[in-house]
Amino acid sequence: MQSMASSSVSVAAIPERRRPAAIEFVRQIFVVMVKDLRAEFRTKEAINASLAFALVILLLFSFAFEEETTRDISGGLLWIVFAFAGTLILNRSFAREQPNDCLDALIAAPVPAAALFLGKALANYFLVLAVELVSLPVFGIFHNVNWTRQFWQLMVVVALGTWALTVIGTIFSALTVNIRLREVMLPMLTYPILIPALLAAMMLTTDLVAGKPIGPDTVSWLKMLIGFDIIYTAVSVVLVEVILVG
Amino acid sequence: MRDKIIYGIGIAAAAVIAWNLYAIWGLPDEVNQGSVYKIIFFHVPMWAAGGTGAVTSLVASVLFLITRKFKLDALAVASTEVGLAFLTIGLATGSIWGRQIWGIWWTWDARLTSALICWILYAGYLMLRRAVEEPTQRAIFAAVYSIFAFIDVPIVFFSIKWWRTQHPQPVFWGGGSFPPDWTRHFLWNMAAMIALGVVLTAVRYRQEEAQREIDSLRRMAHAL
Repeated sequence: MQSMASSSVSVAAIPERRRPAAIEFVRQIFVVMVKDLRAEFRTKEAINASLAFALVILLLFSFAFEEETTRDISGGLLWIVFAFAGTLILNRSFAREQPNDCLDALIAAPVPAAALFLGKALANYFLVLAVELVSLPVFGIFHNVNWTRQFWQLMVVVALGTWALTVIGTIFSALTVNIRLREVMLPMLTYPILIPALLAAMMLTTDLVAGKPIGPDTVSWLKMLIGFDIIYTAVSVVLVEVILVG
Repeated sequence: MRDKIIYGIGIAAAAVIAWNLYAIWGLPDEVNQGSVYKIIFFHVPMWAAGGTGAVTSLVASVLFLITRKFKLDALAVASTEVGLAFLTIGLATGSIWGRQIWGIWWTWDARLTSALICWILYAGYLMLRRAVEEPTQRAIFAAVYSIFAFIDVPIVFFSIKWWRTQHPQPVFWGGGSFPPDWTRHFLWNMAAMIALGVVLTAVRYRQEEAQREIDSLRRMAHAL
């Protein structure tokens, strides 16, 4: 009787230590994200390269276009910079795990592939976003564009467009990590798929930078951007296990 | 037996195409376009055959991920490759027509742009396959990419449709008119092109299977 009581106590103690599955999932995502961000901030290899690259392209644009033209096509220019600079970060996302077989260890860790993917995507998201938030004022200064007139709407578009960029970029980073010509293949595969999202983000950004808020004629682009994000996040979360584990 | 069926379909398709070529040659010129309108008898069937290839590739890729049968992977490659060839001819015939009627080879119109992106996506599929060495990994990655690409096509189409459009509306579903015996030639051509696609896919499929067998024998020889 005594032993039964004590065993039932110890059995009852276990559920206390275990968190609900959803919270555990969020925690795993968070752990992976923090790990990636910490690794990145210690070396700063990807973010420095990406930032320098973004600034160089922005500088080149000032030679390529007149100031008037730059204002008319600001959305297109900015998203080309974001997509190119973002690729440099995304390329490193899974490639960073290759030395010392870290990728195998991550896959073997008791973390679902979906959490691994979302954690890495979020880490990439914040890094790409950081590069973009530096590029925007630089763009404004170099090209004499007053880009803050629709600041919050612009931030929404940047946030949504960047998520499209990172979700596709991260899943294809996982896919291309082991293949030949990785650096070439990633943009080759991602840019065509990203066209709808980039097109929507470019259209909206051009209007918002010009000071025109999102109206009834442009709201369909916003919906398209949100739809793209949702569809591809869902598809990626479903398929990432197949890519990483086989 | 399978060979006989394949060659049978091939011969039938060739006969239909030959008969159609003769019949279409004899059709009168159209009032506004002259004789160049006749390209529609090939242009649209090319896209139908290419689209069939894309759908086959998607179905084969999804089934491969579920069952992991390498035959399905071979089918996916074969249908993508043949579909891409048809899409290329579809783009080329459309471009020739555009040069005659619009005066330009290319314009960034909705259908043209989405067709080109579709072509690039499937070309990316073949490039991806070449970049992956390990057969199982290659099959899985290609299948995943195929699913991503297929989902993208309708989104691309709608996004670019909002952007701009100038391609002529489809003759059959949106107004426009075709005399009944022209429709007959058109539909026969459509059937013949799809049959041709099936034959080419079957041949390419068999080659892919043979290639896989050779590779596995070679690996076995290495192991010994």
